[in-house]
Amino acid sequence: MTAGETGPMLLRVEGLTLDYPLPRERLLAPAPRFRALNAVNLHLAKGESLAVVGESGSGKSSLARTVLALERPTAGRVEMMGQDVFALPPAGLRALRRHAQMVFQDPYGSLDPRRKIGWTIAEPLDALESGVSAAERKARIAEVLDSVGLKPRDAERFPHEFSGGQRQRIAIARALITHPDLIVADEPVSALDVSVQAQVLNLFMDLRERLGLSYLFISHDLAVVRHVADRVAVMRHGEVVEEGGVESVFNAPRHPYTQALLAAVPRVGMPRRRNAGS
Amino acid sequence: MSSETQTSALREYWQRGRGQANLMIGLAVTLTLVAVALVSLVWTPYTVSAIDIPGKLQPPSADHWLGTDQFGRDVLSRIMAGAVNSIAVSLVAVGIGAGIGVPLGALAAARRGLVEEVVMRFNDFTFAFPALLSAVMITALFGPGAINAIIAIGIFNIPVFARLTRAAALSLWKRDFVLAARVAGRGRTRITIDHILPNIASLLIVQMTIQFALAILAEAGLSYLGLGTQPPNPSWGKMLNEAQTLMFIAPQLAVFPGLAIMVTVLGLNLLGDGLRDLLDPRLRRLR
Repeated sequence: MTAGETGPMLLRVEGLTLDYPLPRERLLAPAPRFRALNAVNLHLAKGESLAVVGESGSGKSSLARTVLALERPTAGRVEMMGQDVFALPPAGLRALRRHAQMVFQDPYGSLDPRRKIGWTIAEPLDALESGVSAAERKARIAEVLDSVGLKPRDAERFPHEFSGGQRQRIAIARALITHPDLIVADEPVSALDVSVQAQVLNLFMDLRERLGLSYLFISHDLAVVRHVADRVAVMRHGEVVEEGGVESVFNAPRHPYTQALLAAVPRVGMPRRRNAGS
Repeated sequence: MSSETQTSALREYWQRGRGQANLMIGLAVTLTLVAVALVSLVWTPYTVSAIDIPGKLQPPSADHWLGTDQFGRDVLSRIMAGAVNSIAVSLVAVGIGAGIGVPLGALAAARRGLVEEVVMRFNDFTFAFPALLSAVMITALFGPGAINAIIAIGIFNIPVFARLTRAAALSLWKRDFVLAARVAGRGRTRITIDHILPNIASLLIVQMTIQFALAILAEAGLSYLGLGTQPPNPSWGKMLNEAQTLMFIAPQLAVFPGLAIMVTVLGLNLLGDGLRDLLDPRLRRLR
């Protein structure tokens, strides 16, 4: 269940704190700040899947973006494969990016409408790996398109020709092309129809099994979390209030906020969870 | 890019654009203007600056369709040659404005912080000056002439393009596909070239059409004041200026260049409106 704290970690987050400056209220007063993350500690072993849950505004997405060095934290460390992400020179950070990719929430916003699918999918490959021949590039695009259940000739089409579910598959294909170890998925199914959600979630599970991926899976949907995650971290107001194996957290939540979160889920069957909240 | 999808996209634009009256009229007027200008390079009814004092101030006739001016020069020939002048001045001026303004705006959006502040305050500074007054100042400083008029008009196009580019680029920088490019390790310059500029191209094309019309007006205005194109080179604004003193003797001298300016500016504005309707992504999504 929970990986040992001492083992080689794919990802280790220590005391991560992130402040956003707010607009100044008065000209000379220092700008007020909003604390999006407050001393967050997390760890993720290779092959493991960690879900981060919490309501909107709890700092989940800020965490995802800071882990991938899209935001610079106010304090704390993000260590990926033993390297401190924010202490690395730009070249070192780029080398690390091959191992960690991201899938976004909105499949309509995460693909450039002016670029063909093949171009979009190959962007991480073009940016992060040098010396890839044209033939290999084409083969890699076909390979990842196949992994997500699309056809190689889809590479020649534009995003508007695809449905939401297909677009999310394309976004996943883009995340896979550099053969990463970690995929950070920020609410990857919440913008999709329920019937399509299950397909995409199954794709995530299937890919994990085949490719040995680790997921940092951001979600507010507890049913989804239960489906994909080994461990779960519950966030509130930028802090992790509870963390543990999925079953233990869902069956015996200790923190009142987790209990409230679980009690708010509309249930279908599974009456044994009802005992947990009381 | 396969040329197949390119041509099919063009054909689709044509299909949709054909039904838009303003686009079609604007396109027709603009193409006529360009055609007239091109023809005048190789042929005009009379030599553009040939003076014929005995035949001065003739009303329109079969020989001189639009009459002759105070030196007996053929007005039609001068209007045709003036079109070349207007197009050349506007093209270069808008080129200067877009060529400097677009990179500045893109830089401000990509860098934010101090760079953005400096660039945009510089733009505000330029924008705060009444454009024509400053053009007068520049030509007064460096002497009147077509080149200085071009530079003056060009400078005042810079903030227009810088502001538009920055505003459009800022909203794109928040989009997920740009974040995805950052996750892929792309730098700001590369993201600007690969993602930002292609996505604001249609917006810039529309703005260029409108600025083109304004530049033609500005050139006519400067030449009217005697600060633009110098005699004997033909310019619509200069022709208006010369016609002014003869308003009651030969009113047609003022009417024809005035009409030429009006029709051209109207045509370009219609073209800009039409292009905006055609290229606006919000309208495209409604399909």
